[in-house]
Amino acid sequence: MHETDIDLDKRRFLTQTAAVLGTAGVAFAAVPFISYLKPNAGTLEAASPIEVDIAKLEPGQMIRVEWRSQPIWLLKRTEQMLATLEKLEPLLRDPHSDDSIQPENCKNRYRSIKPEIFVAVGICTHLGCSPSYRPEVAPPDLGKRWLGGFFCPCHGSRFDLAGRVYKKVPAPTNLVVPPYRYLTDTRLVIGEEQEEA
Amino acid sequence: MRNCPNKLIAWIDERFPLLKVWNEHLAQYYAPKNFNVWYLFGSLALLVLVNQILTGIWLTMNYKPDARLAFDSVEAIMRDVNFGWLIRYMHSTGASMFFVVIYLHMFRGLLYGSYKKPRELVWILGMSLFLALIAEAFMGYLLPWGQMSYWGANVIISLFSAIPGIGEGLATWIRGDFVVSDVTLNRFFALHVIAIPLLLVVLVFLHIVALHKVGSNNPDGIEIKQHKDTNGIPLDGIPFHPYYTVKDLFGACVFLTVCAWIVFYAPEMGGLFLEPPNFIPADPLKTPEHIKPVWYFTPFFSILRAIPNKLGGVVAMFAAIFVLFFLPWLDRCPVRSIRYRGRSYKIALSLFALSFVSLGYLGSIPPTPIAARFAVVFTLIYFGFFLLMPIYTRLETTCPLPERVVWPPTPFLQRTGWHWDQARTTIAYFQTKPYCQKIATSWQQLQEAMRENKLLRKFL
Repeated sequence: MHETDIDLDKRRFLTQTAAVLGTAGVAFAAVPFISYLKPNAGTLEAASPIEVDIAKLEPGQMIRVEWRSQPIWLLKRTEQMLATLEKLEPLLRDPHSDDSIQPENCKNRYRSIKPEIFVAVGICTHLGCSPSYRPEVAPPDLGKRWLGGFFCPCHGSRFDLAGRVYKKVPAPTNLVVPPYRYLTDTRLVIGEEQEEA
Repeated sequence: MRNCPNKLIAWIDERFPLLKVWNEHLAQYYAPKNFNVWYLFGSLALLVLVNQILTGIWLTMNYKPDARLAFDSVEAIMRDVNFGWLIRYMHSTGASMFFVVIYLHMFRGLLYGSYKKPRELVWILGMSLFLALIAEAFMGYLLPWGQMSYWGANVIISLFSAIPGIGEGLATWIRGDFVVSDVTLNRFFALHVIAIPLLLVVLVFLHIVALHKVGSNNPDGIEIKQHKDTNGIPLDGIPFHPYYTVKDLFGACVFLTVCAWIVFYAPEMGGLFLEPPNFIPADPLKTPEHIKPVWYFTPFFSILRAIPNKLGGVVAMFAAIFVLFFLPWLDRCPVRSIRYRGRSYKIALSLFALSFVSLGYLGSIPPTPIAARFAVVFTLIYFGFFLLMPIYTRLETTCPLPERVVWPPTPFLQRTGWHWDQARTTIAYFQTKPYCQKIATSWQQLQEAMRENKLLRKFL
């Protein structure tokens, strides 16, 4: 066989199709390796809804429960606390929660189904720290204009008592309100939306 | 080795290019004869890598990558395992020293223009090593499963959620869970002990192969290959072995003395190398008062915080690292070494070094309004150094380059320049101190004792 007898077109065609098919094969083979890293069945099961009893929650008191390994806050707000929400609105970045994550029935000034009970994921929307609950008015470290709210010690983000973010802080949006519903007046399910009545 | 009569080596050499590799990379690899102290850090980095791999293997024998057991297993290594405390402190100190050495190694590149043509690939491979090292250190820091491990990882992984659209899914994919959890710990362990170390070793190999192809730069920043003798050997070159193996060995002894002092007397380095909150087990429901990364990440963390926008901060932080990859093309000045470069680059480099150290400090303190304002200024300087580089390096007035490397080096007392004046003033100040005089006297006594010893004299 001489050099001239070699069908170069055929060789090029075979090389190129082999390369294309090989690449496709590698892409398919990568799927299980990438998918392996996604949350597995056990993790997803652990992320299923939980029930919380709030019968013993005092006004002004906040409890923390764990759901999906995240801190969930349940705060019973007093009348005075609710009154601060309207006053603070000029200082807030997203007072009407247009850019924030919450169930549709919590997209209001109180960011809750019932005004006094506030449920939120206690993780700063900046970088995932857990802000502190600071209900006191005008403490020395937060300044005279502080009317109570949440303060993130990591990067100084501030939120009001409805988890709404202040302007000029690193956190971009309001605290996330998880889906939840009332089983009875004092029992809540976290992780499920309220069904339409 | 050249006239080695050893039959075994001859036997091997017929089957494996042993002598060839030895000669190419050590005995007949000609490095410039004017290397100074800055040229120690490459081999020191290799030494630290060996230390990390060795102590790391030993630690895995007792460490348990399980969220319920991890913290206690580390404490058991510290208390119950024979010399466990030593192996662990060698590993944790090694991690910090790795960054000390690498930052100095990179700064050497900036001083003497080691990234410039034809060494662009050496620089890019080195930057890839730096990236891999960041990933390695970050994943390793999660393993003790203390409060700072947990929350630090939480903060860094949620950086990815700032990416519009895919961010949240990507962060969940990295963690394998909706928050940092046992799943995350397990995979970080796998990546920390297998994947990234393998990558590091491969990249080190490529970094050295690329370097030996183009040859080492030197403090004068001129090519020694331009003047060769009749055998094709650079006139200003000396074989790496034995000259630089011995020099590096001496450097390693000094370096290891410093490391030993840290390991035995200050393994936590006042909370810099091992942070106090990390001695409390991880608690997903309670954030430490002040989350900060380990010292070697604080400059980049500072840049992240300086920008009051989540996505903007994340982009700036990654840009601060990736901009370094483009250094060979941002610098338009044909002169490599700072010795012959113009005033503008000297000022720019000093400002850059100052802003890097300052950002490092600011990243380690709580974010007060004044600190935040300073961080913005230093972030601007940091990026200004790189982004304005094409302009100020083009306008630079440089000094004439020497034809051959400057030899012998100018004695310390005869060097001119502001920083040498400062160095001499500082040393003169310390020379008046009694404890420094004591050290000087004992050094002289030691030298006299060595001179009297004929055996040692042979080596000196």
